[in-house]
Amino acid sequence: MTTKSQAVLNWIDERFPLTSSIKGHLTEYYAPKNFNFWYFFGSLALLALVIQILTGIFLVMHYKPDASLNAAGVPVAFASVEYIMREVPGGWLIRYLHSTGASAFFIVVYLHMFRGLLYGSYRKPRELIWIFGTLIFLALMAEAFMGYLLPWGQMSFWGAQVIVNLFSAIPVIGPDLSLVIRGDFVVSDATLNRFFSFHVIAVPLVLIGLVAAHIIALHEVGSNNPDGVEIKKKKDANGIPLDGIPFHPYYTVKDIVGVVVFLFFFSAVVFFAPEGGGYFLEYNNFIPADPLKTPPHIAPVWYFTPFYSILRAVTYPLFGLDAKFWGVVAMGASVVIIAFLPWLDRSPVKSMRYKGPIFKFAVFVFIICFFILGYLGVLPVSPGRTLVSQICSVLYFAFFLLMPWYSKIDKCKAEPERVNFK
Amino acid sequence: MSVDQKMDSGRRNLLLATSAVGGVAAVATAVPFVASLTPSERAKAAGAPVEVDVSKLAPGEMMVAEWRGKPVWALRRTPEMLASLDKTEDKVTDPDSDVPQQPDYAKNKHRSINPEYLIAVGICTHLGCSPSEKFKIGAESGMGTDWPGGFFCPCHGSLFDLAGRVYKSMPAPTNLEIPPHKYLADTTILVGDDGKA
Amino acid sequence: MKMRVINFIKRAAAVLLFAPALAIGAGATLHLDKAPVSTEPAALQHGAKLFVNYCLNCHSASYVRYNQLTNIGLSEQMIRDNLLFAGDKVGDLMRVAMTRDDSKVWFGAPPPDLSVIARARASGDGSGADWLYTYLRQFYRDPARPSGWNNVIFENVGMPHALWELQGEQVAKVSDNADGTKHFELSLAKPGKLSIEEYDKSIADLVSFLVWMGEPVAEKRKSIGTFVLIFLAGFFVLAYALKKNYWKDIH
Repeated sequence: MTTKSQAVLNWIDERFPLTSSIKGHLTEYYAPKNFNFWYFFGSLALLALVIQILTGIFLVMHYKPDASLNAAGVPVAFASVEYIMREVPGGWLIRYLHSTGASAFFIVVYLHMFRGLLYGSYRKPRELIWIFGTLIFLALMAEAFMGYLLPWGQMSFWGAQVIVNLFSAIPVIGPDLSLVIRGDFVVSDATLNRFFSFHVIAVPLVLIGLVAAHIIALHEVGSNNPDGVEIKKKKDANGIPLDGIPFHPYYTVKDIVGVVVFLFFFSAVVFFAPEGGGYFLEYNNFIPADPLKTPPHIAPVWYFTPFYSILRAVTYPLFGLDAKFWGVVAMGASVVIIAFLPWLDRSPVKSMRYKGPIFKFAVFVFIICFFILGYLGVLPVSPGRTLVSQICSVLYFAFFLLMPWYSKIDKCKAEPERVNFK
Repeated sequence: MSVDQKMDSGRRNLLLATSAVGGVAAVATAVPFVASLTPSERAKAAGAPVEVDVSKLAPGEMMVAEWRGKPVWALRRTPEMLASLDKTEDKVTDPDSDVPQQPDYAKNKHRSINPEYLIAVGICTHLGCSPSEKFKIGAESGMGTDWPGGFFCPCHGSLFDLAGRVYKSMPAPTNLEIPPHKYLADTTILVGDDGKA
Repeated sequence: MKMRVINFIKRAAAVLLFAPALAIGAGATLHLDKAPVSTEPAALQHGAKLFVNYCLNCHSASYVRYNQLTNIGLSEQMIRDNLLFAGDKVGDLMRVAMTRDDSKVWFGAPPPDLSVIARARASGDGSGADWLYTYLRQFYRDPARPSGWNNVIFENVGMPHALWELQGEQVAKVSDNADGTKHFELSLAKPGKLSIEEYDKSIADLVSFLVWMGEPVAEKRKSIGTFVLIFLAGFFVLAYALKKNYWKDIH
């Protein structure tokens, strides 16, 4: 570095923690050297966020949140999306990047959360990282839900109608709450415009703030690893963890590979199957919203379906409150309970590699149930399916609620002193 | 990596190659985003050429058409109006239209294809107001006895002759813009398209 | 070892228990003919002509501009001469004069805009093209309906058979299946201007055009995609080599 550029850098460093930040978070931030495949998904989630924000900025230049009908009798919002697809140069690509990006974001986030489950990344002292993560997940669900209303197709409209009506099930404040959310008696132009505001600026700001907090909390305590071993316990003479390596350049260079592989699969979908078989861009959503015509089959987007199944599984009223309300409670609880994992897991070891057979079986059953619930969520109800979803919902909650017991009685293996690295 | 460590050539080459390819990818990705800022099909359709029918214009009369959101004047000049262009020759800044405010076929004294009709964008080249017609000669226009007829911009007082040439020492720097145009018939003019790319 | 066997049995039981439940209550499916979709300019141009002549009177295609048809090999002059109604300009959107309110009164429901119909009609039973191909060939005479027409896969549709002159008039013999659904046997009572093969080919062209209209950029999308995937594969090789180079230091 020349003396001139060093002088500029010094000037900045005297006024702003530039070099110290680069050191603290990149070149002298020591991460365990045994990160495996599951450790790609954090940086990929950040990439997904950047993709959504970047494509979103350009979509907003052309999209119009207006439910009124244009001269051709089509809602302006719906027509503006087709305008982007056909008349804005490159608009079709930006739109597909955004729609595929939303689904990719959830795939990546679910895999990222699964990593946490596998290796006990939520355990002390990382509980706060996990709580921020749960909040990010909730904010992401809100963001996706509100974004989905914007194209103003049949699925957009009726999905929003159903979900907002759920809030009316809350006793006392329910109906007024729904009215305040909608801005009208039914989902309408008022709803579209406020969801637009939330989706474009309010929730993204919250998301960015939460992601920053999530990463700051992580860097405060350092990353976990597949062996669940705390690398800070064994340091060398300079105070550097023996099993740690600087994040930059080792994980920057490794994450680039991860990004390229992700972009490969992402591009394959964007360019060759943007509809995702009807799961990423639903067929019904190519019909403009019609408040007078309910489609025969309303389903939420695929990433909500496990929780939607849990909602529909509750069919019994309790304590004078109808099943609709308890369904909402169950759905909310199924997401919020994730935040409690740090206190539910009483196992002496962190990582699945050293946990006993009971915990492994429990996780296996949990994942199977999650997938079954997800699958059932896209299908219409039937007595048989309701029974299956009820069983799976019970197992879902049992995974969490029984964990303090089975994680204690489980026969675990001894955790190693140092990480396993080939 | 500290500053004084020398990187082996294999690593440096890989870094350079990967950065170069990454740079190409970044530029390629930027292309559709930047392209989306350019006029859309809707904007281009709205800016499409406009047919102007001047058959109903009496000599000395002017009509205003709209092209790309701008007023386009079609003035049917009388022989007297055309003669006045000689008188204004030494009063205007750019009598030969050297500054490219017009297509090549309008680079002449009457600044048009057919001397009888002036086709000009009715926007003052100063700050964008639309000048008013002051066709009557002399004091009748309220412009002083020497006034040979032309246009007067009310915003900052710029004067133009009957070929849209700007007078000397005016706030406006250049002659009025002549749009690309062509004759589809004797009295039908297509403004915005002259058949040349 | 014993634990492993027990675990395996537990897992197998878990999976097998749930499997049958998923098959419960599969909904009634439509039988759709496979549509022979083409991207050849000749087919698309023929489809465009049919669309403008038979469909555009009632159905708008309001996201499509006439001049976008230059992408299927037509020149602006050809579009002006053959496809534009009087008063339309080549840069205009394909709209109809009929208002929504009028059309609702005349047909029972406003004829939907057809710009993205090929995407909207896709389902688990088949692609949107399959649905449209089947629909346009399975109209039959039904004196009980106000329009005089009904359709096998769209019961009590408000649309009359706009292409009856070409196909002719089909009649349906309806019987009941064992599971309660209806079985339709269609036969051509009065032939139209085209033979059955010619009509099917014309409908294939029309459906191909509707598919094109649904996403005009589809072919370009795929060709760019091929290039992107090849580029990323190459980039992967470089990035992986770079990673391996740095990580050889780590033990």
